[in-house]
Amino acid sequence: MDNVNHFRRLAIIWFFVSVIATLLVVLLLAPILPPGNGSVEASGQVVDNTVLLGVSTPVATAVLVYFIYALIVFRERDPTAVVDGPPIRGHSTIQTWWLVVTTGTVLFLAGYGTIRLLADGAGGGQGPSPIATPVHANSALQVQVIAQQWKFTYRWPGYGGMETPRLELPASRLIEFHVTSLDVIHSFWAYQLGVKADANPGYDNIAYVTTKGPQTFNIHCAELCGVFHGYMFETGKVVPQSQFAVWIAQQRRQYAPGTKALPPYSKQYFPQPQRLGG
Amino acid sequence: MSATAKRLLGIGVATLVVCVLIGLYVGLYLTSAPGSATAAQTSAGAQLYLGTVPAAELNDPHNTWVSYYSVSPTSTSWRHVTTFNLPAHTLVHVTIYNYDGQSGLRNPFISQSQGTIGGGFTLNGKPVQSIGPDTASHIFSIPQMGVLVPVYGVPDDAKNPCSNAPCSLSYSHSTTTFTFRTGNPGLYRWQCFVPCAAGYIYGWGGPMQTVGYMDGFIKVA
Repeated sequence: MDNVNHFRRLAIIWFFVSVIATLLVVLLLAPILPPGNGSVEASGQVVDNTVLLGVSTPVATAVLVYFIYALIVFRERDPTAVVDGPPIRGHSTIQTWWLVVTTGTVLFLAGYGTIRLLADGAGGGQGPSPIATPVHANSALQVQVIAQQWKFTYRWPGYGGMETPRLELPASRLIEFHVTSLDVIHSFWAYQLGVKADANPGYDNIAYVTTKGPQTFNIHCAELCGVFHGYMFETGKVVPQSQFAVWIAQQRRQYAPGTKALPPYSKQYFPQPQRLGG
Repeated sequence: MSATAKRLLGIGVATLVVCVLIGLYVGLYLTSAPGSATAAQTSAGAQLYLGTVPAAELNDPHNTWVSYYSVSPTSTSWRHVTTFNLPAHTLVHVTIYNYDGQSGLRNPFISQSQGTIGGGFTLNGKPVQSIGPDTASHIFSIPQMGVLVPVYGVPDDAKNPCSNAPCSLSYSHSTTTFTFRTGNPGLYRWQCFVPCAAGYIYGWGGPMQTVGYMDGFIKVA
C-alpha cells in the first residue's frame, strides 16, 4: 500500500471523471438551465450559467473523487490498530500549483462575469444611469414598470403616457424598462425574459432586454413586500409586431379615462405619502 | 401514600394538564379558519353584497380599523368576513354600500374600472367608467381576474356619516354596483388599493396588511 502513488492515481481518476462529468453537464444540463431562451439576455444568462458550471464541475469532482477515494482506500480496517499517521510535510510544487490553479480560476470567473455584465447589463437593473447600454438604445421601446402593493402596472411614454394593467411586448425588439415603485421596495422579475430589477420608490431603475419570438412569460415580485407579496404575479406576452400595434391601440382607447387622470409621465413619482386615511 | 409517590403523581397530573392544553391549542389552531360568505344564487347569476365602513364594530378587536363586511341586500345584517364563495364561470353581481370618506388613490390610473361586464359600473344608479382619483374611498379588486372597481367616498360635509359598523342605509353612503364573470375554480385574493389605513405609515399598515379587513379571498368552486 505504501508504495502506491496515491496522488498520481487520484489525478488520473479525477481527470477522467471530471471530463465525463463536465461533458454531461455542458451537453445535457446546459440546454435546460434557467431562465431559458426567452430573450437575448436570457440566452446570455444560460451561456453564463453553462460556463460557471463547466468551470466548477472539475472542482466539485476533485472534492468528491478525493472524498470517495479516501473513504475506500484510507479506511482503517482493523479498529484496534489505532496508530498516528505519517507527519505532514510541505510540498512546494503542489502548493505552487494549488495557488496558481485556484487564483487563476477565481480571476477568470471574476473577469468573465465583469465582461458579460458590462456587455449588455445581463437583464439586470442598472439604476438611473446605465453603464452597459446596448448599441441601439436610442431606438428602444420604453416601458415604465410601476409597482405598488400588490400589483404592477405599465406606462408607455412613447404612446402618450398611457398606462395598462397588463404587459405585452413586441417580438424581436429592444425594450428599455424603467422600474419604479409608488410605495415600498418591490422587484420586477420577468423570469423567461431574464429581467430582474428592483422597484424602489422615487427611483428610476433601468434594465434592457431584447425580445425574441412570441411567447408568454411569468412576472413575479422578487422582494418581500407585504401580506400579498406571494400573490403579486401575472403573465406577460411577447407578440408579433403587428399584433402588438393592434393591442397597444386597443389599450389606448380602452384606458383613455384612466390615462386622463394620470400625472404627466415622469421617471419617478412621489405620491402624497399620507392620504386622509380611513 | 409515600412522599415520593405523591410527588410522582403531582408531576404526572401536571404533565397531563400541560399536554392537554398544548393539544387543545394546536387543535384549535389547525381547525380555526376565517368565516366566509356565500353569494346568493339567482337565475341572473350570483349576488354579492358588501359594506365598507370607516371603522369596524365597537366589539371588534380592532374597532378603529377600516373594513369591508358582507352585508344583506338592505344593509341591515352585517357579518365581518372577507372570504367570499362564488360559483365558477358565472356572472356575479356585486353591490357595495360605502359609508367611508374619501382618501384618494396613490395611482390615479386605477380610478377607472377594469374587467367588469360592459367595462363600467354604476355609482348611485348612474353608469360610469371612472371617478375622480381624489374621491376614491376604496377599491374592490381581484387582480388575478383583472377585476378592479373604484368605490366613491362619502364627502366630508355629508349630513349623517356613520362611524362604526353596522351602518344602515339611512346613513350617508354611496352605492356601487358592477358585474363580472368568474373563471376557473380556485383561490383568488382580493384587495383594496387605496392607502386607507388611518394612523399607519403611508396608510398601508394594519387593516391593509391583515386578511379580514381590507383584503381577503375569493373561493371559486
